Amino acid sequence: MTVIADPALAADARRERRFFLSLSLPALFIVGLAAILPILWIIRQSFLTTGGEYTVGNYEKVLSSGLTWSALVTTLELSLGTLAICILLGTPLALALASARPKVANLLMAFVMLPLWTSILVRTYGWLVLLRRDGLINAALTGSGLTAEPLPLAYNFTGTLIGMVHYMLPLFLLPVYAAMRDIDANLIRASASMGATLGQAIRMVILPLSAGGIFSGSMMVFIYTIGFFITPAVLGGGKVNPLSIRIERTLSTFQDWGSASVLGILLLVLMALIGMMFLAARRLMARNNVDATDA
Amino acid sequence: MLEAYPDNRLARILLWSFCALVMIFLMLPTLVVVPLSFSASNLLEFPPHAYSLRWYETFFGSATWMAALRTSLILGTLTATVAVPLGLLACISMNRLGGKAALTIQGVLLTPSIVPGILLAIGLFFVLAAQRLVGTLFGVLVGHVVLAIPVACIVLLPALIRFDWNQVQAARSLGANWAKAIGGIIVPQLRISLLSATLMAFLTSLDESVISIFVASGQNSTLPKLMFLSLRDQIDPTIAAISTLWTVIVVVAVLIVTLRQKS
Repeated sequence: MTVIADPALAADARRERRFFLSLSLPALFIVGLAAILPILWIIRQSFLTTGGEYTVGNYEKVLSSGLTWSALVTTLELSLGTLAICILLGTPLALALASARPKVANLLMAFVMLPLWTSILVRTYGWLVLLRRDGLINAALTGSGLTAEPLPLAYNFTGTLIGMVHYMLPLFLLPVYAAMRDIDANLIRASASMGATLGQAIRMVILPLSAGGIFSGSMMVFIYTIGFFITPAVLGGGKVNPLSIRIERTLSTFQDWGSASVLGILLLVLMALIGMMFLAARRLMARNNVDATDA
Repeated sequence: MLEAYPDNRLARILLWSFCALVMIFLMLPTLVVVPLSFSASNLLEFPPHAYSLRWYETFFGSATWMAALRTSLILGTLTATVAVPLGLLACISMNRLGGKAALTIQGVLLTPSIVPGILLAIGLFFVLAAQRLVGTLFGVLVGHVVLAIPVACIVLLPALIRFDWNQVQAARSLGANWAKAIGGIIVPQLRISLLSATLMAFLTSLDESVISIFVASGQNSTLPKLMFLSLRDQIDPTIAAISTLWTVIVVVAVLIVTLRQKS
């Protein structure tokens, strides 16, 4: 940093800094008004009765209800399921894209990104058309004689999971693909020349070097899916009830603002916990890498 | 990357057929809707036995759908008009301040994109209810603007890094005030990025559904809210027509942005 000796110049620099700071005030103000204030309001509302008096009754009610805990389990099942399938489908896809010629890879990436740019409602509708009892997939399955009865694919956990994987896969793919594309091809050549099989090269060179990307992708999947609302609401058909759906139902069916707020805070705490776990894991990974290079 | 393994044909074929399946999985729900939207039947038939434009006629002939479309377009335009200038100012501020201050501002501005939509929606609903503003266009607008600001910043921040600040220095030393420097130098030079940011902010608002579902109502219901409600109740082929139009519009918009950025 340069030391400004002249007091007049220093005052000038300070004034300029204040001016630049003020440029971001309008944006900060509106974020405070429409994002931070609402979160604070949820916290406040969670301690109020319908009459507006202070209470901890909402917490007692929500935390002692079995529905809350089953919603928590459903939320985690959906998130973990989505994550597992994204890793299984996305990692090989990223590997193929990273090994393709750049022109081909860019074209395929554009197709992968198409769903990302399509409205979630359009996609959910598409899945309903495909997965319903009288939908296209069941028509194809029963028509070809593969199954005698139509499979229950929509309006349940399976349908919700399919919709969520479809939403998250492009977002998971992006960091993994970026990490794999950055791997130095000479490393693979070196491992081939030293006798590693393709499987060994993937397991011992490519996957460890793309671990960072897989990690970021996983974190993204978790943070997004934990509050998913549209997909379970439509493809779950009332039978899949994660926290987000319980919040909506508590609010619109029972008009119970206090309990809905407690559920909201539960969701926020869950997100913070998972976020901290990921950060701790990242720190651990970084330390292990240092140890490995030291050894 | 795998050219060191040229004779592993089987592995390559397996990998690429797996990829083809995953790609089909990704594209299928968007594509399947298109032929259905031209079906003449009330039922889900694939492929349709007869084709017609009746679902498009239903959409454009319905007062409710048209009101929702109008609301969504107005909302998208307003969102872009508010979010892009605010985002530009914030990006200039972050670019010039640098260091911890910039990171803090960025962190605050990114909060809305990390917090689950359902929480923003119910929180905003509570705040607006206290001010008796639930169901107004204003309520949805502020919700959409906070979601669009991070999107605008993602486009504008890198553009400002490439910007040559000596030009502003020169203009300032010749007596231009900041408003003049921003309007006369920064805005014209960043116009392509600003156009992209505007389009992305518009699309963010057009696509947003959760805040709309909770906060918009009656006359101010948005297109996604109405689509959500009719998806929950029955499978209405009108949605296929809307979906097809939507996909075409978004693909064209994205093509414009990417082609512009390349040229």
